[in-house]
Amino acid sequence: MAEFKEAPAGAPAGVKFMTWVDNRFPATQLWNDHLARYYAPKNLNFWYFFGSLSLLVLVIQIVTGIFLTMHFKPDAALAFASVEYIMREVPGGWIIRYMHSTGASMFFVVVYLHMFRALLYGSYRKPRELVWIIGCAIFLCLMATSFFGYLLPWGQMSYWGAQVIINLFAAVPFIGPDLAILIRGDYVVGDATLNRFFALHVIALPLVLLGLVVAHIIALHEVGSNNPDGVEIKAKRDASGKPLDGIPFHPYYTVHDILGVSVFLMIFAAIMFFAPMMGGYFLKFTNFIPADPLTTPVHIMPVWYFTPYYSMLRATTDVFVNVLVALIALSAVLSVLAGGLSQRGKLMVIVGSLLGIAVLMFFDAKFWGVVVMGASVLILFFLPWLDRSPVLSIRYRPTWHKWLYGVFVVNFFMLGYLGLAVPTALNTLIAQVGTLLYFAFFLLMPWWSRIGEFKPVPDRVVFKPH
Amino acid sequence: MNPSVDQSAVDKERRIWVTIACGAGAAGGIAAAVPFAMSFAPSERARAAGAAVEADISALRPGEMMTVEWRGQPVWIVHRTPEQIASLERTNAMVVDPQSARTRFPTPEYARNVHRSIKPEYLVVVGICTHLGCSPTPRLSAGAQPNLPDDWPGGFFCPCHGSSFDMAARVFLNMPAPDNLPVPPHKYLAATRILIGEDTAA
Repeated sequence: MAEFKEAPAGAPAGVKFMTWVDNRFPATQLWNDHLARYYAPKNLNFWYFFGSLSLLVLVIQIVTGIFLTMHFKPDAALAFASVEYIMREVPGGWIIRYMHSTGASMFFVVVYLHMFRALLYGSYRKPRELVWIIGCAIFLCLMATSFFGYLLPWGQMSYWGAQVIINLFAAVPFIGPDLAILIRGDYVVGDATLNRFFALHVIALPLVLLGLVVAHIIALHEVGSNNPDGVEIKAKRDASGKPLDGIPFHPYYTVHDILGVSVFLMIFAAIMFFAPMMGGYFLKFTNFIPADPLTTPVHIMPVWYFTPYYSMLRATTDVFVNVLVALIALSAVLSVLAGGLSQRGKLMVIVGSLLGIAVLMFFDAKFWGVVVMGASVLILFFLPWLDRSPVLSIRYRPTWHKWLYGVFVVNFFMLGYLGLAVPTALNTLIAQVGTLLYFAFFLLMPWWSRIGEFKPVPDRVVFKPH
Repeated sequence: MNPSVDQSAVDKERRIWVTIACGAGAAGGIAAAVPFAMSFAPSERARAAGAAVEADISALRPGEMMTVEWRGQPVWIVHRTPEQIASLERTNAMVVDPQSARTRFPTPEYARNVHRSIKPEYLVVVGICTHLGCSPTPRLSAGAQPNLPDDWPGGFFCPCHGSSFDMAARVFLNMPAPDNLPVPPHKYLAATRILIGEDTAA
């Protein structure tokens, strides 16, 4: 009570009210620290819309999800019919359902673009490693949430997709089959699985997601945003301590983000009203058939946003495992002969690679497929330490680095396309090459990110008033 | 409060556009909220479930009562004895709305009489107390009983807050319930079959 501030005499009612609140809750301080006096770089471009758009889609999914749970029945005998009930009989139900399904796909579009921005501008580098790691954790939770949600309509694709993914866990040596039973709550995917996936999708994971998003933003605000030039704006401040190249987030970026939101919502509405199925990619045709445990659909594939990882899983055959063995042997030989390692280091490399080769040959390729798929997502967590480039932003890197990133993107799309296609011998071969390219981009990054002629990074951000 | 806004230099034109943009945004937001509000309304299925129900009263003897579900509510059909019908003249002076003239639960005009029904022997009412919605207990036999006055003529007694009704389901004076038990729209398909939920006007 001794530290209570008093409003000045004759102050308007609004000022008196806020003084009362501020004495009990740091409302004005939060507003200033995170909006009105939070300084963001003034040269943020198109790639910087996707963070706020991700937050918007999260809110859309939560709100539409709440209204869907008012009518959905998480019981294997009733689920499919309850979704049709929502579509046909609940007033306005069809649009709420389409909002939720469109939102799920748009969530991944927006998040992939958001992550790509970080790749372009080195936004995961020091001191922002934790922002990136929390973001990768959000990505994992997002994948899990969408996987659990996909089972809920209880269509053919829902059922068999869940069957396949749960069997991924069954492929783990020794504990696999018991683990799968524990996940399913039964010996086969059934009512028990549906009910627990409902609880996880509706409450458990959204709560975790919300917590992680809050942590993500707190971590970002602690260090400040990166920018397309990779220049640290806090390094140059004016007399009162404000960054010279910074502008307050409110009103500049709140208004700027409204533009992003408007364009995004126009696209969202166009899809929702005119093409909610998106040719079978957002809502699969097969999922309009009720789940049948006795018949697998002719074409099984995950939803489009999982397909790059799915094709890496499928590409891991026995032959591919042999290729991996050869690669491990080769890299062990190279690092021992030319790696400049100490005696102890060389010994560790030899022992480690022999162990790795032994383990690879012992377990089935099926298990290694799961490991490869998991590794392809987990490797993202290590990006801050894999990237050894002396500059953050792609603008100041050698031009051939840009081509490398282009190859990575094309490769990612190609893997995605192959994940949708029927597996043939040729497709599998291309997917295997694609998998190797994907991992090479990351695993060789400590080396390739350092070579080439880098351009000089400016002192101040490059900004043209417009 | 906000040091970066100089109140004297507000750009009037910019403010007009900001207002228009806010208006457009608000309109869009309200439009987006409409389907969510609509989804609270009863679905087609719920409306279809409100269809009429047929009751077979051939086995109903004088003094007996049967219950039929219509729109999720209990509808009572009481086969009144001549003594019970006679008691209605006596209770005329003891009830709030003897002519069933009140409009909160409008009584169909074929039931706006002393016995509140099409045929005097059969009473058809919705068994939900007009106070706060409990279902009253039938106390069809006359005479002294626990919780009831010594000159009880027969009728219904609601256990939740103590409202009592006569043999035409009319609420007695000075009770928590304000209205007589509602008479649902109904008609006789035959002497022994009543259709509850539809009358000749429907």
